[in-house]
Amino acid sequence: MKTPAVLSVLGSDCVGIVAAVSGALAEAHANIEDIRQTIIGGIFSMTMLVTVDEDATTFEELQKRLAEIGDTMNLQITLQREDVFRFMHRI
Amino acid sequence: MITPEEIVETLTMITQQNLDVRTVTMGLSLSACADSNIETMARKVYDRVTWAAESLVPVAEQIEREFGIPIVNKRISVTPIAELAAATQAHDVSPLATALDRAAAEVGVDFLGGFSALVHKGSGDGDRRLIESIPGALAQTDRVCASVNVATTRAGINMDAVFQMAQTIQATAEATADRNSIGCAKLVVFANMVEDNPFMAGAVHGSGEPDEVINVGISGPGAVRAVLASMPPDADLTAIAEAIKMTSFKITRVGELVAREAAKRLGVAMGIVDLSLAPTPAEGDSVADIIEAMGVGRCGGPGTTAALALLNDAVKKGGAMGTSSVGGLSGAFIPVSEDQGMIRAVESGALSMEKLEAMTSVCSVGLDMIAVPGDTTVETIAGIIADECAIGVVNSKTTAVRLIPAIGRAVGDRLAFGGLLGEAPVMNVNQWAGTDFARRGGRFPAPLQSLRN
Repeated sequence: MKTPAVLSVLGSDCVGIVAAVSGALAEAHANIEDIRQTIIGGIFSMTMLVTVDEDATTFEELQKRLAEIGDTMNLQITLQREDVFRFMHRI
Repeated sequence: MITPEEIVETLTMITQQNLDVRTVTMGLSLSACADSNIETMARKVYDRVTWAAESLVPVAEQIEREFGIPIVNKRISVTPIAELAAATQAHDVSPLATALDRAAAEVGVDFLGGFSALVHKGSGDGDRRLIESIPGALAQTDRVCASVNVATTRAGINMDAVFQMAQTIQATAEATADRNSIGCAKLVVFANMVEDNPFMAGAVHGSGEPDEVINVGISGPGAVRAVLASMPPDADLTAIAEAIKMTSFKITRVGELVAREAAKRLGVAMGIVDLSLAPTPAEGDSVADIIEAMGVGRCGGPGTTAALALLNDAVKKGGAMGTSSVGGLSGAFIPVSEDQGMIRAVESGALSMEKLEAMTSVCSVGLDMIAVPGDTTVETIAGIIADECAIGVVNSKTTAVRLIPAIGRAVGDRLAFGGLLGEAPVMNVNQWAGTDFARRGGRFPAPLQSLRN
């Protein structure tokens, strides 16, 4: 099952954030559809649209792996199903 | 394509403005559990609830994780227990409440509503025994909520039931006096009760519902307040109504999504989304704060009823665009103990019982979570219930009373319940109820529905 999701990363900028997050996604067979990243006042902010292949890695498993990266690198990483944003912001 | 701004807005609403789904409530019919033997019936009720709601909490938690939306409460509503009480001759039907309490604990829900009766036109034998069992039932249980409907627009007000409920409130306060009269926080008296309300303490599963159903109650006073706080100070009320509508739409869509997913995953019908702004004791998650953000000096001051009416109407208009399944109570709640802004307003002298009563005529749902002095007379409590019923019956809306007589306490003291029930300042009550009006009894006739001025 392919599940569209939104991944958001927020925290202090440091070396290797994009590599760590995209590495975890590749390992889980989650495809990056779009990526936007900015740094404002030293705060790293990245949003990604990804498609999670739940036959390869479940949503919960991927969330766990990303949370581990978040803990290690002191980042706030959230992976949410894309429906939430579509429901809230589109008529 | 979802824009980064939209993603940030959603995340901010959740992480900083307390946006959440207040409750996913599973409605369960217990009709098939009726039995003349109360112990057998209690066992059937326990088995039915634990079997049907076994997956409710795990599924809701799974949705929380996947969608990143907190679901604060998972609850259950059941068939009004008076309907089951009619099947048995047992005088005390509280064994059904204790069975429900054990079942609620077993499946991990925090409250279960439905120890209830509908007596707006008259009481049956089962209704009478249920009402008499309420004080004991609420004293013996932690999670069971009771409610009694004593009035409807079509039937008028059952004034005998009003007086009996005033006595029941007082008896429940005394039965749980050692725990800050917490039994009364789980007891609500209604006019025009709805049968698909997901919120406690008044949730029941009505007779017009399917066997199992998922109802969702949204929340989000914090999100609405944040939007108003970001508006220019000279924004007019048209602009404010528009901003509330747009925020309400977004909040409701979250509720709609959660309701659809929960119903699908549990394999039961989706019922309704209740468009209520329900405050919590968390700072900022307050309906009073919204009224003050609209420019009223302090909640309870002149302008409060108008501001609340505008808020309530805008929430419904935005919400009605967000879901085709509007139901339940759908309006702003004003429970005093659960709203830090309300507590502040009471303690500063800005908000009185009389103003709260006026506010209930333009919002959902009634005089809610209000502590009154422990020596408040039964006649006074009955008069307050009758007044609130009159507002509901005449205006064709739901109203309710959830009063907590604070045994041994006086005006200015506080009752702390903890958790979502918060902390209630004991409020001053008008002492001029007299003794005769409440004791007259009889049926207050249904109001004329034309010539409406």
